[in-house]
Amino acid sequence: MKTNQLPIRRRAYIATMKTIMWISALITCALIIGIIVYVFVKGIPFISWDLLSTSPTYIPHHIGILPDIMNTIYIVIASLVVMVPLGAGAAIYLEEYATNQKVVAVIEYAAETLSGIPSIIYGLVGMLFFCEFAGLRTSILAGALTLVIMNLPSIMRTTQESLKTVPQSYREGAFALGAGKWRVIRTVVLPGCVDGIITGCVLATGRILGESAALLFTAGFAHALNGFFQGLMSPGATLTVALYVYAKEQGEFGAAFAIAAILMVLTLGINSLAMWLENHFKKLREQGYPQEKSKE
Amino acid sequence: MTRKKEKTVQENIRRKRVERIIHGIFLMLGLITVGCVLLITIYLVISGIPAMRTIGLKEFLFGQKWASTAAEPKFGILPFILTSIYGTAGAIVLGVPVGFFAAVYIAKIAKGKIKWLLQSAVGMLAGVPSVVYGLVGMMVLVPGIRKLFKVPDGASLLASIIVLAIMILPSIIKVSVTALESVPPEYEEASLAMGATPIETYFRVSVPSARSGIAAAVVLGVGRAIGEAMAVMMVAGNAPNMPTLFESVRFLTTAVASEMSYSSGLQRQALFSIALVLYFFIMLINAALNFFLKRGNVKQS
Repeated sequence: MKTNQLPIRRRAYIATMKTIMWISALITCALIIGIIVYVFVKGIPFISWDLLSTSPTYIPHHIGILPDIMNTIYIVIASLVVMVPLGAGAAIYLEEYATNQKVVAVIEYAAETLSGIPSIIYGLVGMLFFCEFAGLRTSILAGALTLVIMNLPSIMRTTQESLKTVPQSYREGAFALGAGKWRVIRTVVLPGCVDGIITGCVLATGRILGESAALLFTAGFAHALNGFFQGLMSPGATLTVALYVYAKEQGEFGAAFAIAAILMVLTLGINSLAMWLENHFKKLREQGYPQEKSKE
Repeated sequence: MTRKKEKTVQENIRRKRVERIIHGIFLMLGLITVGCVLLITIYLVISGIPAMRTIGLKEFLFGQKWASTAAEPKFGILPFILTSIYGTAGAIVLGVPVGFFAAVYIAKIAKGKIKWLLQSAVGMLAGVPSVVYGLVGMMVLVPGIRKLFKVPDGASLLASIIVLAIMILPSIIKVSVTALESVPPEYEEASLAMGATPIETYFRVSVPSARSGIAAAVVLGVGRAIGEAMAVMMVAGNAPNMPTLFESVRFLTTAVASEMSYSSGLQRQALFSIALVLYFFIMLINAALNFFLKRGNVKQS
């Protein structure tokens, strides 16, 4: 039936709904484009090699964000190193070992709860537990461990999802050849879930780059330039925290926008990488799981 | 011969033991999330209760004045609770309609390139760090509100509501799209066969059958909005007033964040109590979210 044969009330309804949907979709697009353009226009003029490659000094007044960049890299590395074995292990337990459905339900409920807790609460508990109770003081390491707890659910989920796609027949084949459970996991299951772990790591990196509230009281605000291991034990601001401090407490909006532009490039890049990886792995899976595996 | 047999038996026992140990290790790894939740809960309760006791629960929750550093300190967090509730409600009122209609458009109408474009836009919105939202809000919204409404300072509840509405948009859209896309096509086909137009079908058939998932999306948005700290801290002004639209306000999250670094004694304990109140809200929201997710059978993504 053609639309123009309908009674006027129905036509009006359709037209209104269409317009509202159009406007809503347009608002969504306009928001992200507006934010990106605004941040780049304001930030890019302030990005210079000098800004990127030096430490800040008070006398003479000078802003450099090299320490913040390094701290961000340290915190990403430290979090991922701790997070991957924990998250992947938990996922393997859920998919391969757990037989008691109640235990699985409890663990999954806990993971869902963790992903709903706001980052400021992580920051607070991280400060109480890692900085004070565990004696790490305000340090990059304490911040990284806090972020590990925050990001565990997401890496668990991606690993679990890829474990589900490892064909059951592979496991059965290995068992039939007389391999023990651990051997099956090491040789058949683990190689099969590498893609999930990688996707999880990329997603976690994106979240760590954008995180600030959880780091404020765990990793602190310092701008000292340190090596990796010394850096882990000393306080340091990541790019996001540095942005906050420059914008809110020091009124250095040029530097703040420069950092914001860098952060936008990084997070947009990493998020698109994550999306691409997900599609890519999915395609690999669909095309030929067996051929891919037979190479090993 | 018997020796060889014995050897294999021993080998088997050793293997079994190794398997059992590894099983144990994986069990511990599996339980780590449970441990983390317990750790967070216990720490918050232990550190949050003392101040509530000292101040008095009623005075703490319903006291209208917060003056933590005054000579005669007052610790009433009603302004923070109300601000958090009003702020979240405002963000939902602004964000949900836009998110809902955009989700229907993405899930049902947009095809090919346009769908991809919209979905990437939503993904990008979700990836923007909250401090960047805060910074843009601080530089665009705050002066904008000051000029537009002729108020002395634009850092206000209204600015926070707008920032929060933008920040919860991607979660609302993503979850709603998943819910709408999992509506069985037969429902829609039946409706189309009865002579309803596509748009009528989407809103009168698809949306009602995806309502649990959409409700979950809204609840998820509530959780995000009530827990956001940094962006709000940059645009809310942080004065502990009772909430009014154009005045500087302080949320539960920002109350914790803004005083933590220099707090001590009872003031510090009171901040932990605020965190406990916030945690209580979040747990309520989580329970609601789980309820809707189970009913709607949609995965949170």
